[in-house]
Order: sequence, then C-alpha cells, then structure tokens
Amino acid sequence: MAKKVVVEATINGEQTEFLCEPRQSLLEALRDVLELTGSKEGCLTGDCGACTVIVDGRPLCSCLMLGVEAQGKTVETVEGLAKPDSLHVLQQKFLEHASLQCGICTPGFLMSAKALLDHNPKPTEGEIRYALAGNLCRCTGYDKIVRAVADAAQTLASGTGQGRGGRLGSGPSASEQTERFLQGQEVK
Amino acid sequence: MAASADGQGYRVIGTRPIRHDGIDKVTGRAKYGADYSFPGMLYGKVLRSPYAHANIKSIKTDKAAALPGVKAVVTADDLPALADKMEQAGEQAINLSQLSANILARGKTLYDGHAVAAVAATSPHIADEALRLIEVDYEVLPPVMSVEDAMKPGAPILLPGLRNKDEGPEKQTNVATHLQFKRGDIEEGFKAADHVVEREFKTAMVHQGYIEPHNAVGIYNADGHATIYCSTQGSFVVRSLSAAVLGMPEGNIKVVPAEIGGGFGGKTTIYLEPLSVLLSKKTGHPVKLTMTRAEVLRASGPTSGSTIRCKMGCTKDGKLVAAQIWMAYEAGAFPGSPVGAGAMTIVAPYNIPNLLVDAYDVVVNRPKTAAYRAPGASNAAMASETVIDELADKCGVDPCDFRIMNGAKEGTPQTAGPPYRRIGFIDTVEAIKSSPHYKSKLEGRNRGRGVGSGFWFNVGLQSSAIVNLHTDGTASLVIGSVDIGGTRAAQAMIAAEVLGLDVNDVRPLVTDTDSIGHTDVTGGSRTAFATGWAVYEAAQDTVRQLKERAAKLWEKKPEEVAFSNGQFTAQGDGVKPMTVKELAGRLARTGGPISGRATVNARGVGPAFATTVVDVEVDPDTGKVEILRATVAQDVGKAIHPSYVEGQMQGGTAQGIGWALNEEYFYDDKGILRNSGLLDYRMPTCLDLPLIETCIVEVPTPGHPLGIRGVGEVSIVPPPAAVANAIAHAVGVRMTELPMSPPRLLKAMLSRRGGAESQAAAAGR
Amino acid sequence: MHAINYESPRTVDEAVKLLAAHGEQARPLCGGTDLIIQLRAGVRRPEHVVDVKNIQEMRRIEFSIQRGLRLGAAVPCIEIYENGDMRKYYPGLTEAAHLIGSLQIQSRASVGGNLCNGSPAADTTPALIALGAKCRVVGPAGERLVPVEDFCTAPGRTVLQPSELLVEFQIPSPARNSSDAYLRFIPRNEMDIAVVGVGAAVTLDLNDDRISEARIGLAAVGPTPIFAREASQSLAGKRINDEAIERAAQLAIAATSPIDDMRGTAEFRRHITGVLTRRTLAKAIERARISPTSR
Repeated sequence: MAKKVVVEATINGEQTEFLCEPRQSLLEALRDVLELTGSKEGCLTGDCGACTVIVDGRPLCSCLMLGVEAQGKTVETVEGLAKPDSLHVLQQKFLEHASLQCGICTPGFLMSAKALLDHNPKPTEGEIRYALAGNLCRCTGYDKIVRAVADAAQTLASGTGQGRGGRLGSGPSASEQTERFLQGQEVK
Repeated sequence: MAASADGQGYRVIGTRPIRHDGIDKVTGRAKYGADYSFPGMLYGKVLRSPYAHANIKSIKTDKAAALPGVKAVVTADDLPALADKMEQAGEQAINLSQLSANILARGKTLYDGHAVAAVAATSPHIADEALRLIEVDYEVLPPVMSVEDAMKPGAPILLPGLRNKDEGPEKQTNVATHLQFKRGDIEEGFKAADHVVEREFKTAMVHQGYIEPHNAVGIYNADGHATIYCSTQGSFVVRSLSAAVLGMPEGNIKVVPAEIGGGFGGKTTIYLEPLSVLLSKKTGHPVKLTMTRAEVLRASGPTSGSTIRCKMGCTKDGKLVAAQIWMAYEAGAFPGSPVGAGAMTIVAPYNIPNLLVDAYDVVVNRPKTAAYRAPGASNAAMASETVIDELADKCGVDPCDFRIMNGAKEGTPQTAGPPYRRIGFIDTVEAIKSSPHYKSKLEGRNRGRGVGSGFWFNVGLQSSAIVNLHTDGTASLVIGSVDIGGTRAAQAMIAAEVLGLDVNDVRPLVTDTDSIGHTDVTGGSRTAFATGWAVYEAAQDTVRQLKERAAKLWEKKPEEVAFSNGQFTAQGDGVKPMTVKELAGRLARTGGPISGRATVNARGVGPAFATTVVDVEVDPDTGKVEILRATVAQDVGKAIHPSYVEGQMQGGTAQGIGWALNEEYFYDDKGILRNSGLLDYRMPTCLDLPLIETCIVEVPTPGHPLGIRGVGEVSIVPPPAAVANAIAHAVGVRMTELPMSPPRLLKAMLSRRGGAESQAAAAGR
Repeated sequence: MHAINYESPRTVDEAVKLLAAHGEQARPLCGGTDLIIQLRAGVRRPEHVVDVKNIQEMRRIEFSIQRGLRLGAAVPCIEIYENGDMRKYYPGLTEAAHLIGSLQIQSRASVGGNLCNGSPAADTTPALIALGAKCRVVGPAGERLVPVEDFCTAPGRTVLQPSELLVEFQIPSPARNSSDAYLRFIPRNEMDIAVVGVGAAVTLDLNDDRISEARIGLAAVGPTPIFAREASQSLAGKRINDEAIERAAQLAIAATSPIDDMRGTAEFRRHITGVLTRRTLAKAIERARISPTSR
C-alpha cells in the first residue's frame, strides 16, 4: 500500500493541509478526509456533475482528479459559498425559485453556476444551459434551476449584492415567470 | 383569516415560502446517507455475478478474508433461510425468500450484477481489492432476456418452483401471473366500430435515474439491537424487511432516514441495509455500504420493458367503443412487475363500454424490477395514447376534443374497483386546450405537436404526526414521511394554517422509526394526501387541547371556546382573546405541555390525471428529436406549496421525455449490461429540455379536509406518447418502439420515404 | 482502486526517465478523464501514475502565421477554446475541443490525452487529421514525428511504446483561404461520445471558386480514427458544387467500417457519415471564404 501524501491546498479560502493516499480522488479527500460532505458522488465517471468543485477558477469533476493533484491549488466547494450571515445570491435564488427537490445535485449545480457567472456575468438561457449541461438533475427538469441562475445573474448585475437570510413571501407563479422569461423580460 | 388570491381564504396554504430544510441543502450541510460517518466505521462492498444466469457451485472467501484490512466476508449462508411468504413493501407485495435471494444469491444467480458476497474492510479501496480475491465457481446457463423468449415453449427456466394458475401446478414456467380484466362484450364492441387501429409496441427497460446511489450504514450493538442510517423512501419498510431478512425482531431495528437524493419508487425496497447490519454484527464496527453507479444500474430495480398489443375502435364521430390489450412486462429475476397497474391504467381516462385486457408478469434474466413513478402506466399509455391519436386523426377530430368527448367523469366505471368519484381528467384536457402553448401556432418544417394523457390511482395508506407546542408559541411537527421533494415544507404549511401560526414558526422534523408512529412510504403520491391528513388532524387535536386550556382560564366549557384567525375567543365580559402564542406561555399552569397527535389509514384516495402537450422538431437526416416546448396540466386537488407541485409536474415530464427519446438498457447476447453508466444510459441534460410550463388544476378530492390529490407520479405517464404523437405529426411516422432514438426514427423515416418513392415510381412519376 | 504511486515531473526528460524506469507499470496522467475511470474499473493497473500537467513544454499554445501551431499535448480543452488564435485560425479543432464533454470535462481533458486513449471516437482526432497534424513523440532513444492519422493502431492502442511520451502537436500554418470545421452526431445535445465525428479542412482557390485541397477525418466509424484519403483527394481542384460534395460524402462512407453497438448501428453510422461529411464540408467552405488568412 502506497504511503499517504501530505497535500497543501487552499480550500474555501483557508490554507489547509491534509493526508491522503495517491489513489484517493479529490472527492474522497474532501468527503472522507476533510469531512466536507457537500460535494456528492453520483457516478464516478464525470457524467453527472454532482461532485463539481472549482479548482483554480475552473469547474471540474472532483471524482476525476486525484487528491494529490490539489497540491498548491485553490479549491472552492459548496461549503465556501455562503458568508457566516448571508447566502450567496445563487443559493438564495435556488431557494426562492424552488430549484431543488431532493437537493443532491444542488451543490454541483451551485458550483457550476458560480463558475459560469464568474466568467460570464450576463449569460443567455442557452449559455446557462450549456454551462450546466454537465450537471444532471432527475427531479426538477431543470426549469427552476435555469430561472434561478438567470435571476441571480440579473441580481448580481444590478448590484443588489448578497442574498438575504431566507424568509420570503409569495413569488410569481410559474406561468407568469414563463411568459416573462420567454419574452426576454427579467425573471423576478 | 385574510382572503388569499385563490379565494379560498387560506393564509398559508397556496403560498410559496422557502422550504425549512432549504438552507442546509444549499450549503452542503444536509446529511444524505453516504455523508454519515462514525468512529471506527468500516466500508463494505458487494461482489456481483458477471453472468446473466448461472448456478453457484462454490464460493471461496479465505483469500479475501486474509487480505490485511479486511474484517469480514459474508454470503447467503450467513442469512437465515426464509420460507416463501408475501409482505407489503411500498406499493408492491414482496416474497421474502426471493427478497433475501436478491440481497445475496442463494444457489443461483439470475442477472448480471446479482449480489453474491459482501466484505467489510478498513477502506473502500481495500474492500474493492478484496472482492477480486473471492473465488466463485459458476456453472453458466443460457440467458433469457425478453418476454417473448421467456414465454416460448422450452425456454430455460429461471425459478424452478414458479407456477401460474393457467399452466397448472406441474408446469415449470417463466410466467408468474396472468391477469384479465373485462367489461361489456369485446366482439360486439368492435363490430360497432367504424375505425379500428391495432398496433404492437415494445418499450425498453429504463431506470429511475436518481442521482444518489443506494447507501446504508449499519450499527449492530452487542445487545442485539441495530440502527440503520440510510437514504430510503420508507424507513418502516426498511425496518420490517431488514428484520425479516436478518431474522431479527422488528422492534430491535431502528431506521434513521437520512436525506434522500431521489427515489422515484426505486428506494422503496432494500438492497444494502441488511448487509450493513450483518457486516456490523460480524465485525463489531459500524459498516457503511454504498453502490457505485454501475451497481445501481446493474443491480437495483429498474422498471419493466414490455410488449403491448393494443387494439381500439371508435365510431366515425370519434366515440370510443372497444379496447383490447395484450401486455407482457419484464418482472426481472423475480416475479412482481407492475403489469397489473399497467392493465388497470391503460385507457383509464376514458369511458369505453367494451374492454378486454390480458396482462402477463414474466421473469427474465434482468434485475428484479422496482417501482418507477406510476409503475407500469407509462408503458401502457405509450400504447393506448398513440392508438387514440391515430383514431382521432382518422376521424378528423382534434386530440383534445377527442379526449373531452370520451373522457371519464364522476360515475364512469374503472377497470377495477368502484366508479370514479369527482375527478379532474377533462379539466386537465381543457387546461391544455386553453393554454398559451396549445393556442400558439407551430410553424416550420419537420415540426409537430402531440398530446398525451395519463392516469394514476395514487394511494392512501398509513401515516402518523405529532405536533409539539413550545412555550414560545412555536411548534415542532414530527412526521415519518421522508422528504424527497419539499413535502416537509408542505406539512409545516398545513400545520401552520390550522394553528394560525406563521409558517416559519412550525419546524418540521422527519424522524426515525422509534420516534414516530408507523408511516408508510413516501411514494404512491401519498405524502401530501395521507401525511397531510394526519398533520391536519394532529394540528386540530392541538387546537382542541388548547381550547380546553383557554376554557380553564376563562372558566368556560371547551365547547364555548371558538378558534379562528389565530385567536381563541369566547362570549362574555372579561374574556380577552388569546393567540396560540399567548396561550402557549400558560400551559404549565393549566395542565402541562401540549402535544397534538393523529394517525390515519387514509381512505377515499383521489386519483390523478395529467395531460401533456409537446412540440418537437425532427432532423430528417439524422432522426434526432428536439423538444421545442412542453406544457403539462395536472389535477392536484389542492396545491399546498405550488412551487413544489410545479416541480413534481416538471420532473415527471422530464423523465417521461428521457423515456421517450434515449433511455434504455442495452444487454448483449450473453445478457451482460453494456451501458451501466450515465455516459451511455442517456438521461436528459439541461441542454436537452426547454422550460416546462405547468397548469395546476384543482378539483378537490371529496372527503379530504383540504381536498388534496397526490401529485408526485402521474406527470410521467403522458410524455412518451405525447412525443410519439408529435413526431407523427412532424414527419408522418408512427413509432411503436421506445425509446425513439435517432437510429430507430431515422430507419422509420427512410422506410417511409423509400416506400413513398417506390409508390411514386410505380405511379410512373 | 489498487494502490498507486504518484509522481509529478517538471520536464519532458524527467517524465521520459520515469516512464522508461517503470515501463508497463507506469502510465502518464493528464486530465484523468479517461485514466482515472480505467484505474477504478481495474482495466489498467499500473503501479505508477506520472502526472504530465506540470511540464511547461506540454502546456503551451504557440502560434504564429509563419510557423503555424505547436499545441502542447497536455493543454486542457478549455484553454484551447479560450485562446483567440485557436478560435480564429483553427475553429474546427477548437470546436472539437469544446464538444468533448461538459465544461467540467473540458477543464481537465486534453487533446493529447484524447488521442493517447486510442478511442476511435475521440472528438479532436478527426480535426487534427484534417489539419495534417503531426505528433511529436519523445522517448529514451530520441524523438519522432508521427502523422496523427497513423497514431492509433486499434481500439485503445497507439504507436506509443511504454517509455514514450506524446509531447505536442505540430500543425501547419493555415494556408490562404483555408479553414476547418468539426461536427459530430450524438443523441443528446451534450455529454455523449460521438456516434460519428467528421473533421474537414479545406483550402479554396477563390478566383475560380474551387477547392484546391481538402482533408477529411472521421471518428467512431472504424477501429481507429480514419483519414478519408480518397474522399479528400476527390475534392482537389474541384469546383465547389453539390456534385463534388456528394461524391466526397459517398467516398467518406466507403472509407468506414462501422460496427453495431449501443450507440448506433453500422447502417446508421454509414448514413450519418454521409450527412455529416456534407455538413462539415459546407461549414469549412463557408468559413474558408471569409477566413482571416484571406487577403
């Protein structure tokens, strides 16, 4: 059995040191060694995106990267999105739009969406769908996910900043939202 | 209560609050089954048969057991041998000895991936390496992969003890059951038909496709008690079935349901749970098992592929007069396909006087099938809804009008059971007919629009609920219904509505099998209906008790106390109205803490209908289908949280579209599964679907305090047929095989063009 | 997974020494999108994994109009897509890299890894074939240049010896009035392995509206990626019209030897080869007409 290796990386903004075997993926290092279980295992072949994290600014499947490869790199996971007293806009919009049902794919989607908005702050619906094509969701049919990402983009663009803590009244119905979205109007 | 937009005067029901478990889910804090860890925990892995059909001659585990880091190796010999006995699991009945044999094969393996042995080791990698060291001597047998092959005379027999009534007690067979449903006179019926369409359909085996693989952590204590943490749709099912398989008293097992990453019916049975306890017992440590995606596809429970012959007749005006169906569904390795449900749901939306359905449950060397969202109904609807589309075309009647003309209503007979009570089928058709989608013009070449409808019974079954009132006037709501799609929020909303509380002042808690009364699965579209009913009653029980306390304080009788708009009042001077909050602060002095409780065995279930319209564009040169637009209308009785109701409708539609276009199991001629991964088991991605429009139709279920109908399942029923009908209108070919993947559709289009060309040539043009 | 040792050399020399020392027991690791899956499945069981992503020479994209392109074998596809010169001068290869899978896959997968995996369905290989790419292979005995169409020898097998490393691709400077395109057929809109892939590069004689030169590469329709030589040569000197395109499409089909598998039947693949050859040529021609190398 190969000896464990010491890996130094920046994880969610913190300088971190951890031990792992070379055969352990970054996903295993995050979940089993660092106890960051937010990133999920869905397929281990890079086909579902449930394990998506952002490494040096790029979204990738952590199941297809070895933990030892994280040496010297910057890793962002879902656990690093929120601030202590406020959610990231994407998280807030996912909640408002009911973009999750079982929620298992949600961390992966949030990271892919963050990577998208970091690179392309004004994506069209097609660009959103392309950027999220590597994340499978079986519950929602993607409708409310796409709306939430579009809404988050608009909110960030209008400079209203971080999301609120989580209480909200009623929102518009899905048909109202559809009509506005299809007409290219903003999605509230 | 303030009047709300829907005019029914609900304050909370019908609004869209943020779900209570939402923050945990978007921050990664929520714990799903695979997220649990315990000190000293070991990792388990399962060895699986590489053959479709084989006898096990011997299993040698000593080399595996000797590998450093391996702490236990088990086979079926470590489980009690069980007698043949039927038990309820989810919506299906299960034979316990067959269930046990599915968990660890006993003497015979019946599909590629059938579990043969399991190990526990200090790391999952070591466990994996240990599997390679287990030596199994197989005697390979010829595989039987299709219902046709299984039903042929002389077919290899999977289960030597299997018998059916038709063939008698002496005949070995692969047909487990033959069901028949009749109404009227089928021959007379067809005689009255001006148009008859008869087609044979084949649908491929498909998987529920939940993103989270199966998992279980078992902790066995020296006193003979065990705890199982797992992602399941039914913690009580896990308890009773695991106890039976392990030979333990049911009460010795506590099941703690973790958050669950999708189920759709596939997590209403057990695979890893008893193994986790068995390995924990052998090692003295907690043991975690998870399936890889390949194991999920090979060895959990997909739903049946099927062959369906559907013949229907109508008058020239479009009145349906007769329907005759022959259907055979793949049960997989053990009996129990949803062919019965298929038989009872096919043509269920219609009033047809003459009906004959013959339905066959057939075992084949594929994994034992499990429930998949309205199990059996999508296969059936693919047949009946496309035949109906052809009949409507022949009569020149619009597909929505055809359905309205023939639609089932209150009093229409069902295939089995009493006539329908108040239902909303025609309402869903009318909603589609008046939708912006249906009213819009579809222009462009190779584009077509198709409509499909579907039915699902829904179930009631048992649920329990407890409301604990806290001294600050907030409440915790304890339920046993696992939350797959936002149901805990809906339950909290119901309690908040009844109690006059803010929805955020009710904290819903999904709990384990020791902490709440029996609660049946989250499945069968029953959670809002039945658990919602229990919650409603538990909240009412709380109000009743609070009335008694108010009465005490006011020196009145409880009957004299009224409760409305969140306030307790009574007639008389000096009676100052009190809110629940105010009263909650005075519980100790009036008798002690208050918990409201209720249990239900919910009767009077309201069945669900959905109608879906889909626009497609077909690439005539490649057979690729693009879904341009989709709208689904569903009768939900009462939408407690409309966003999550919409979510169910959209999710089922997306799964139905995947089923229609690209999902299928590929077995080779040796019966080995070739696409045991998500690369080649092709589910729709974000880029494959448009926004999905929803029309929530509310026709209340009579007798239910809130009028709720189950919403979770029926939306998956119409889409395969709706897509097939859209393709027919786009390029003129009637597809009779699912999925309608590009190679199949291209072949059909080329044949049609080839046929048309040779016809034209023959006509001398 | 079996136990492995991980090494991360900084130069080609270091990497080749490691590969030579361990022979069959070492495997280069680039994006990992094929290798890690194979390691988990037990399909490959090398003791040593040699990470080549920290070798600068293999990570560079060097382009000049005079000298053409030197594309490091370990450049992740997303960097190809983000490179302005790649998009401008080699749009077909770029779009092949952008089609290779999700963005998550593109962040890791490399053109070199795609080729060395030896799959006949690799998306970037037809585009490389169309561009006349050469593979610079370095081993203990020295270097060699292998035309990309000769690189794969059978499904999963390449000309690489165990101690050799594919370091970079050398692609000629685009001729005047030339461009390339890549199209593939998949049943969904993303995430699938190509059922058929066609890469085409054309050079036009705009005065006469002719094709001076064309190269067509095919994926997933034979045991290796295919250079459709006859189809390519059939276009040399031809006027741009439907007849010439159709002839090339038929010859491309004739160059295939597809199989039936779960992604498509042989019949289907032949048909789609024709459809995509027409479409890819049309796209390459359209681009060549307005190519940045035109006067």
